Amino acid sequence: MRVSEQQIGDEWSSAGQVGQALRHRREQIAQRWADTPLFRTVFTVSRDEAVEACKAVLDALAEVAEAGRVEDVDAPGFFVVREQLARMSASRARTGLSPAQIAGEVAALRSSAVEHLTAEFEQEPAAVVHGALLALTMLMGTLRLVVMETALSDGAELINRQRQQLLEVATPVIKLWDGVVAVPLIGTLDSARSQVVMESLLEAIVAQQAQYAILDITGVPTVDSLVAQHLMKTVAAARLMGAECVVSGVRPAIAQTIVQLGLDLGGVVTRATLADALAFALRGLGVGFGPTSHQGVVAR
Amino acid sequence: MTEQPGWLPQAHVPVLRLDDVLLVAIQGDLRDENAERLQYDVLQHIADSPATGVVIDISSVEVVDSFLGRVLAEIAAGAELLAARTVVAGMRPTVAITLVELGLTLTGLRTALDVQSALRMLREHPAPAAREHGERGAYDYDRS
Amino acid sequence: MTTTGPDTHRGSPTCLPIRSDMDLMWIRQEVRRLATEVQFSLVQQTKLVTAASELARNTLVHGGGGHMEATVLHDGVHTAVRLVFADCGPGIADVDQAMSDGYTSGGGLGLGLGGARRLVHEFRLESQPGRGTTITVLMWHGGVPPTRQAL
Repeated sequence: MRVSEQQIGDEWSSAGQVGQALRHRREQIAQRWADTPLFRTVFTVSRDEAVEACKAVLDALAEVAEAGRVEDVDAPGFFVVREQLARMSASRARTGLSPAQIAGEVAALRSSAVEHLTAEFEQEPAAVVHGALLALTMLMGTLRLVVMETALSDGAELINRQRQQLLEVATPVIKLWDGVVAVPLIGTLDSARSQVVMESLLEAIVAQQAQYAILDITGVPTVDSLVAQHLMKTVAAARLMGAECVVSGVRPAIAQTIVQLGLDLGGVVTRATLADALAFALRGLGVGFGPTSHQGVVAR
Repeated sequence: MTEQPGWLPQAHVPVLRLDDVLLVAIQGDLRDENAERLQYDVLQHIADSPATGVVIDISSVEVVDSFLGRVLAEIAAGAELLAARTVVAGMRPTVAITLVELGLTLTGLRTALDVQSALRMLREHPAPAAREHGERGAYDYDRS
Repeated sequence: MTTTGPDTHRGSPTCLPIRSDMDLMWIRQEVRRLATEVQFSLVQQTKLVTAASELARNTLVHGGGGHMEATVLHDGVHTAVRLVFADCGPGIADVDQAMSDGYTSGGGLGLGLGGARRLVHEFRLESQPGRGTTITVLMWHGGVPPTRQAL
């Protein structure tokens, strides 16, 4: 590898030299890295797979260095390997490693890179070697930051995904009759949950060809204006699709709160119990039905 | 009506007649100009030869913005003036959620799950003009 | 609203003109394509396309035409679609009034701007009388990430 004398001491060119050196020693460094726990324990199918993964990271590092952005965690060169790094850190995290420990494993990659770079720059003046090593150190530090960042956001992503799954599990849509579906809501209704409830109920209306949909709030501890708003949105969306939505399980205490808060459930059909709501729906469908003690009045 | 290139999802929406009901199936994305044209066409059809109901099938429509929402509401209101009931059928859940979020609940509009339910609804709750007594409001099936 | 964080990568933006109702169709098509590409849920796709349709029509009707620039933002973990609608029209003197429901100057239902804002995660309107209007909206994949705000 040739280095022009004039460029000595120039930080930009040091980075460029590191980039070239990394490409030049790509095979050797990759072979060394493939045996480190960070790669070996993640890419377990074959050693070749680990070596390939190492090469991908090396190529990214070389690109970042050549672009003169050794200190920039957002250098475009990193984008290609971000997903791979995220997968690696996630896989290490699953074995119980903390983000700091994972970062430590990334830092450990530096020594073999330094060795090969020193060998690469053997013939060069001390100033060139010094500049190159400094650039390499910064570059490896940046890589560590990138991995740290993906490890942390990966955790956040996982929590989000689990929350989403929990939401879906917590809102089953039940078919009560031909053309009648119901969702028993249990627990606090927040925006995310309401969104899932609305979507699953509307999907069920289509799937079951349901003309009536019942939202049972027996298990909802309190109804504030936000919950009321969510209920009304769901009712309005069901109506647009051509189904009628009934809110049941309005306990006396909740009815009282709704009145006291001055909430307007404008035109929403409400019933005291799920049974009353079903009776209302069946009457609407013209299903033969004996008299009950608890028939409500249609509040349109 | 100018000729539209072939890539357009739907250039002109045909209005079909089934006995005394007009059936309109909107397919895909609709250009503003063609939505307004449809509005005119439907009312013209009713005026030409009386219809008691209009069914607009939007089950293939992926996006209803406030413009198309307004057109649907205006078709219904216009038809009502000509003594015909309009039922909008088959709105997709995603469209319904979006319209509600947009603030467009179209409360005056009659809706049905599909064309079949829409036709049944028109049969069971005929427009005033189709009833012998002709008294408006006696059977008014208003969901709002 | 904060400015774009330095850690956000932008894909190359797509720029589409808004000059006729035909262009609105192109815009809906293009936004749908982008939203599908970044794997938005069906509801998210529909909300974004509808918001785009409202805003593009606003650009056409009130701004006398303009263009839309669509960009996919990606920081390695979170993905967002950003749409910028720009016109060189008369601008909006009273932004708060224009944003309120029911306010209309174009014969519509007056839900365009306020409604579009409710459909997306982030919304910014910049306008000066005589200098045109620029509206920027952003929708995140899956919802707003807790640590990010990068309009």
